[in-house]
Amino acid sequence: MPAATPDFDALAVGDVVAERTFALTRDSLVRYAGASGDFNPIHYRDDVAASVGLPGVLAHGMLTMGLAVQPVVDWAGDPARVVDYQVRFTRPVVVDPESGAELTVSAKVGQLDAEAGAARIDLTVSFEGATVLGKAQVRVVLR
Amino acid sequence: MNPELQGRVFPPTPPYLVGREKVREFARAVFATNPINHDVDAARAAGHADVVAPPTFAVVVQESTLAQLLAEPDAGIDFTRVVHGDQRFTFSRPIVAGDELVATLTVSSVKTLGAHSMVTAESAIADATGEHVVTAISTLVVRGDE
Repeated sequence: MPAATPDFDALAVGDVVAERTFALTRDSLVRYAGASGDFNPIHYRDDVAASVGLPGVLAHGMLTMGLAVQPVVDWAGDPARVVDYQVRFTRPVVVDPESGAELTVSAKVGQLDAEAGAARIDLTVSFEGATVLGKAQVRVVLR
Repeated sequence: MNPELQGRVFPPTPPYLVGREKVREFARAVFATNPINHDVDAARAAGHADVVAPPTFAVVVQESTLAQLLAEPDAGIDFTRVVHGDQRFTFSRPIVAGDELVATLTVSSVKTLGAHSMVTAESAIADATGEHVVTAISTLVVRGDE
């Protein structure tokens, strides 16, 4: 059953509302390529990635953006509660052919709009101890 | 990059029919496990017409507009030098399976920063009745010669 909607009035700026770890593998990248239609070979071919000077095969930025909002969706209870979502791509995620890549997402209340019953949730998305997205903000309507 | 691109509006894309299985496939690919993304009954119980696409699904519809931009003969964009800088989605309502969506691209800004250029492309996505669903905004950085 869908989760209950969080109580807007109980939220405070700075509250961490969700945290999650994602284990990406090369399989994840191939799956995302097929689902999204983004078949840029830097996302699955080591030789092509190397030929354009990359440190390895990279996760699609849009895959990182797509998964990073999921902890917020689950917290809010319904994907339709996300009314605005923006990110800046600041650092590539290199996905090792054997060990993959681990991304951690932490979602924190950045701002509350009592009139609209909306919260701005700020995401911190990290890979190998550094953030990979900047200004990652989700506006969620909770009533 | 051609600065005269700024303000250019492209022809609307052919309609994109959002399939239920495509929504599920995309949801699996972005680790979306919410039942409203997958299960029609759960989606209807939450008041939606059908399964709801994950927020970033709009990129699938937006993609054909970015292809229009890169293919524009006078744009001067070498796609092998394009890096995705920023992305934003602003919704009037969520995308659900069954929607027939048309995207219209406007180049809202072209800037040059040293050797690099930045183009901001806004794709307004509307449903079959012409009502706005979501606007997808991408900033692409075109790396110049250093």
